[in-house]
Amino acid sequence: MRKLYRFHGGIHPPSNKMQSTRNGIARAPLPAKLIVPLQQHAGEAAKPVVQAGDHVLKGQLIGMPDGFVSSAVHAPTSGTIAAIDLQLIAHPSGLPNLCATLIPDGKDEWVEIKPVDYRSHSSDDLQQLLRMAGVVGLGGAAFPSDIKLRTGKQKITTLILNGAECEPYITCDDMLMRERAAEIVQGAEILRFMLDATEVLIGVEDNKPEAIAALQQAISADSAVLEQNRRHEVVAIPTIYPGGGAKQLIRVITGLEVPSGKLPTDVGVQCFNVATAWSVYRALVYGEPLLSRVITITGNVRHAQNYEVLIGTPIDELVALSEALPDTDHYIMGGPMMGMPLPAVHVPAVKATNCIIAASAKLFPPPPPAMPCIRCTRCVEVCPAELQPQDLYWFAQSKEFGRAQVFSLFDCIECGACSYVCPSHIPLVQYYRFSKSEIRAREHDKQLADQARERHEFREHRIEREKREKADKLAAREKATQTAKLASSQPSATQPTELEASRAHIREVAQSGTEPNATEIDIP
Amino acid sequence: MIYSPFISKPDSVARIMLRVLLALVPGIALYVWYFGPAILVSITLASLTALGTEALMLRLRDRPVAPFLRDNSALLTAWLLALSIPPLAPWWLVVVGTAFAIAIAKHLYGGLGNNLFNPAMVGYAVLIISFPAQMTHWIAPHGLGQIELGFFDQLEYIFLGVLPHQTTLDAVTMATPLDTLKTHLHLGQPVRQILDMPIYGRFGGHGGEMVAWGFLFGGLYLLAARIISWHIPVAYLGTLFVVAGIFHLVDQAHYVAPLFHWYSGAAILGAFFILTDPVSSPTTNKGRLIFAAGAALLTYLIRVYGGFPDGVAFATLLMNICVPLIVLYTQPKVFGKKDSGFGKKDQP
Repeated sequence: MRKLYRFHGGIHPPSNKMQSTRNGIARAPLPAKLIVPLQQHAGEAAKPVVQAGDHVLKGQLIGMPDGFVSSAVHAPTSGTIAAIDLQLIAHPSGLPNLCATLIPDGKDEWVEIKPVDYRSHSSDDLQQLLRMAGVVGLGGAAFPSDIKLRTGKQKITTLILNGAECEPYITCDDMLMRERAAEIVQGAEILRFMLDATEVLIGVEDNKPEAIAALQQAISADSAVLEQNRRHEVVAIPTIYPGGGAKQLIRVITGLEVPSGKLPTDVGVQCFNVATAWSVYRALVYGEPLLSRVITITGNVRHAQNYEVLIGTPIDELVALSEALPDTDHYIMGGPMMGMPLPAVHVPAVKATNCIIAASAKLFPPPPPAMPCIRCTRCVEVCPAELQPQDLYWFAQSKEFGRAQVFSLFDCIECGACSYVCPSHIPLVQYYRFSKSEIRAREHDKQLADQARERHEFREHRIEREKREKADKLAAREKATQTAKLASSQPSATQPTELEASRAHIREVAQSGTEPNATEIDIP
Repeated sequence: MIYSPFISKPDSVARIMLRVLLALVPGIALYVWYFGPAILVSITLASLTALGTEALMLRLRDRPVAPFLRDNSALLTAWLLALSIPPLAPWWLVVVGTAFAIAIAKHLYGGLGNNLFNPAMVGYAVLIISFPAQMTHWIAPHGLGQIELGFFDQLEYIFLGVLPHQTTLDAVTMATPLDTLKTHLHLGQPVRQILDMPIYGRFGGHGGEMVAWGFLFGGLYLLAARIISWHIPVAYLGTLFVVAGIFHLVDQAHYVAPLFHWYSGAAILGAFFILTDPVSSPTTNKGRLIFAAGAALLTYLIRVYGGFPDGVAFATLLMNICVPLIVLYTQPKVFGKKDSGFGKKDQP
């Protein structure tokens, strides 16, 4: 048995996973129309490379990655692009975003795809292939996977596959592990190969014995893995929320504490979701770009079920498959702890959509009115980041954002454990989100102001310098004529020092402008 | 729109306060057994005053009345104050103390969750300073008084100040064990001889020590139910034991044994119910240890060298002042910022 470690706090909310694991993954039928957002990932949106009216094949590129952190977007099936315009998507802002609307032709005709023997390629080549295959993290953050594989000089010893799935209700990873364990293990081996890691540890919460057994069996049956002297291992971790948080999972499995503001790679670990490993496998071994994913439809529905869903499928069609009950009044994308309410049920499923919960007032009763904080510190007891949530709440209320930052606000992972246990029913996480966005907005404003000030100061300085130089030149010329008269020449020492001074000043200004302030950057 | 998390643990401030009230019941029951039902009168009187003052203050402050009246926090303040006041104290003493606690110590500081000081202890401090004479009307425990008043006699005295014919106040009340000890030590008697007096029991005062057992039982329930953490009671009783123990070892004739300090006065009540008030105590575990240790030291010093009958209330208030500072200097390291820091493994 591997020695496991603890992270601080955590909670045990009712898991509610049984409902959606009774049946296997079903394939959702082809919808009448697909709405494919060009930004489904963290970073820059993809640039559309098709036009309205174009006929596209399944797997054809419709959005080209644009920028360092970006990823490709593909046509999930063959058909005609009806429009490329702004559509409502599942985003907390509730603002529409650029989407390609695709009317399927029903033929599901593939574009030409090329399988790759990953062993004969460099990691750089494979990264490019994954970027063009639109592979992003399927755990929820949708961070482009190729960037996470670009570790540079950092030595990665341990690759961790995250199959913890600690959020209640969600079972898409569980079902994927049960049904496609072999492909996940092979995907993990590709990721290990790319990172040149020495071991692969697949962390799964111990409330998923079927998934653990399936993965173990897949590992022992996998010839490639066997050749590598069993570098793969399934690690059953205790079921405790948020055990699936990347830093928490790394802590539990390896005992390592990823320093605040750093990435797992800084301690020689990289972490991918199990579903991401599966899509890496499909992308390279079959050459299939990321066109679909498994989504749990659960909550206030008649038949909770996992579906393999084409990206872009309107969520209302999925909900109809599971027959949402009549008293359903809203929908949640993600789990009940960290999910977001959908702005409308017709928004499309995207790469980040792991679960849709039909919600009713009965299932998730609105919290009673918030009472004042009595500083009982139940939140402190459960906080996995070991923060003082009651103090952060206090600072958010009094808008003391500087103090909030000193008290490590940006180490908050917004897991919601504090809100879950709060006997005063204070929506604590909302306060932290508010503080963070206020701080980011202020930092942005400050940056702009700094830039403007810098430019202004530089200009002032330049004008003054020019004036001075002119005067110096005049003086020098006068002197020269005088000294020429005296027939004795003196080198002018003033000019170089002037120049040096002005350079030093510019350096100073530039430094003060870029000097890191108290703000820490949140790492996705 | 409602945002995540969409689920929460079924718990509330009202439930927490209610369970603390329930935890007081064993102690109160023993109180009634040993000292008669007068304490129930004070508790009722204090509760009614607390709820009335709370409602009035909420209305004056333009706050919703119903949810705050139902949070049970005013009741808890009332019960703790009533338990600190002599049961035979006149009715207006209870009313004045409770009203002061709720109106001044709680609501003028911003109401629930915002008071710097423990309201019950503020109420007590006001009474002991303003009405020291009335605050000595402690009932003699069952079997020790010259005359024992019946319930209606007690009621009559509390509300009308009238004692039964040919009964003097001195006949039904007596000094507390802590007071008696102090007085007799001043007279030059050694501790051993003083403790032979009938008002002393096995550990503390006769009767009083049994009430302390009741509070200890309730306190252990609070620990088991995870309503309070162990830090404050352990640090408080531990420090009190150590400090009293050192004095006792040095001079047994003048300093009473540490267990006496535990089982006398409000030490146990304070350790589990008063100092643990979340609003006015530190939020960090290290801070709780410092807070409680400081309170224990002050309790001991006030008891032994001070002029007041017990030190718990003033020790609590003095340490309440220090809470913001203690919390500031005992901030724990957050995940990822530990000194052990960069990728260092430590024990599970």
